[in-house]
Amino acid sequence: MILTAKQQDILDGKSGETLAKVMKTLVMYGEAFEAEKLVPITSKYNHLVTSFGLKVMSPVYDLMQKLLDAGVCSEQKFSVDPRPLDDNVPANFLQNFVFKNFMYTKQDFYENQLKELGLMDENAFTCTCYMDEVGNKPKKGDVLSWAESSAVVYANSVLGARCNRNSGIIDIMGSIVGYVPYFGLLTDEGRKATWVIKVQTTKKPEAQLLGSAIGMKVMEDVPYVVGLDRWIGQELNDSACAYLKDFGAATASNGAVGLYHIENLTPEAKESGKDLIKEGAKEYIIDDAELQRVKDNYPVVWKNKDAKPKVCFVGCPHLSLEQLKTWTVNIERELKQNQKEKIVIPTVLTAAPKVLEQFKNTQYYARLQKTGVITSYICPLMYMNNPLCKKMPVITSSNKLRTYTSARYYTDEEILRAITGGNK
Amino acid sequence: MKQFKGRVVTPGEVTCEAVVTTQGFNTLASLQMALQFGDKKVKCGDQNNQELYGKSLVGKALCLPQTIGSTTGGLVLYCACAMQRNPACMLFANHIDSLAAAGAVLADVWVDNVTMPVIDCLGEEFLNYVKDGMKITVKENGIVEVE
Repeated sequence: MILTAKQQDILDGKSGETLAKVMKTLVMYGEAFEAEKLVPITSKYNHLVTSFGLKVMSPVYDLMQKLLDAGVCSEQKFSVDPRPLDDNVPANFLQNFVFKNFMYTKQDFYENQLKELGLMDENAFTCTCYMDEVGNKPKKGDVLSWAESSAVVYANSVLGARCNRNSGIIDIMGSIVGYVPYFGLLTDEGRKATWVIKVQTTKKPEAQLLGSAIGMKVMEDVPYVVGLDRWIGQELNDSACAYLKDFGAATASNGAVGLYHIENLTPEAKESGKDLIKEGAKEYIIDDAELQRVKDNYPVVWKNKDAKPKVCFVGCPHLSLEQLKTWTVNIERELKQNQKEKIVIPTVLTAAPKVLEQFKNTQYYARLQKTGVITSYICPLMYMNNPLCKKMPVITSSNKLRTYTSARYYTDEEILRAITGGNK
Repeated sequence: MKQFKGRVVTPGEVTCEAVVTTQGFNTLASLQMALQFGDKKVKCGDQNNQELYGKSLVGKALCLPQTIGSTTGGLVLYCACAMQRNPACMLFANHIDSLAAAGAVLADVWVDNVTMPVIDCLGEEFLNYVKDGMKITVKENGIVEVE
């Protein structure tokens, strides 16, 4: 890798031993991908994936402390993934005891570290930092040092920013030195599609299911999706962006997709069309039967497969304001149809703290509360990742949550039916 | 015995037993529960990976195409190394992915007294040949012997 004189000085330790190690990490990371240079980060804010103060992750906090002690913090402020705990979310005595006394004992300590390292503000905890209400929305062409797979794939695909699928810790290290290695999704060549996905369904495909099917097929490759604009339109409006948020999260968690192009919709596909497709690209046709096959193959790890669900999570990644409103209307409608006043399964809708703030200012909030649904800023994944919750029959319409936990996946429609007593 | 030549991502030498996945290794889903709750055998917790689910990973030669999933993957791998609950080595058939590379590099630069050789680009033939329980020897120059 060819470094500038300034970068070489840092690597040589002229700005201190800790910063030299940060630079060495980035150089080695780049060299693993034959990166020839480091390029400047141009986004206003960074986004970190590590939001949880888990006792077992002590090595991470020790490393962060080394950075703080050496005074090598970033000048770039950042948002971070959602908090793992929220008293609003149903938990029994034992769960609360385990969460607070064994698992997240480092939460306060780590949040203080985050503040010192440059957290945007105390409510900047969400996986959907790019929502207008949150304010960490990079511009097209911005170079980022973000982590959080669902945010990276959204920033690359929907916003046209440039970011590799960085890991936690690498995210802040790039931000500290102000550079990231130039490879992969930062390059024009790396943004070309090696798969053409033909959507041939007879109805609008479920975003989380379509993303899952594509992720499992293409893994880390870039897919160019044809035929989806028929169902979600050719404008990046609220509805299309929410769809792509959920779709992208599933491609990233069920596979390792960092960028997708949707023909006639996403910015680079609109600009360059099929020129984005590499010669010899493979093809994957998705019809109704293929989506059903993918769904039917999800393993169910519940001990009792017929257990009554104890909790339902919707909002991984966090919901948009429009999605919160839509869920409210849909839940009201289904309850009425099923002649019920309240939901029959404890249900949590999750969204960014600032999106929830806005939601609480609308008439929909009181209406949703009336149905018995809870809203929260929690990370459902962090809530679920422990042996107590693993034994709980939890349902979700998030394919990311299904992938990482014992939660069972259902489509939005199936979830709606289940929580409103429509499954008789 | 068969030899494969790969590219050294992080150097080291080790001899150990193989554990093999032919599908992407989801680092978070595989390791988090084991690390979180002190499972010394570090049994794979990824319900979607039937080849590895429930198998011990610590001290083994983890043979894989690449890693997939959450971008916490690299720091989870880093933590596994810092806690000495890591595979003895990671052997990638494909080019290493950005998350695994981050974990390997973070461990190499920031963790003292732990060596986890990582070799990539071993080729599809490597993954077709190697099976659970085979003896693996990793050499400093990226040569991997399988017997």
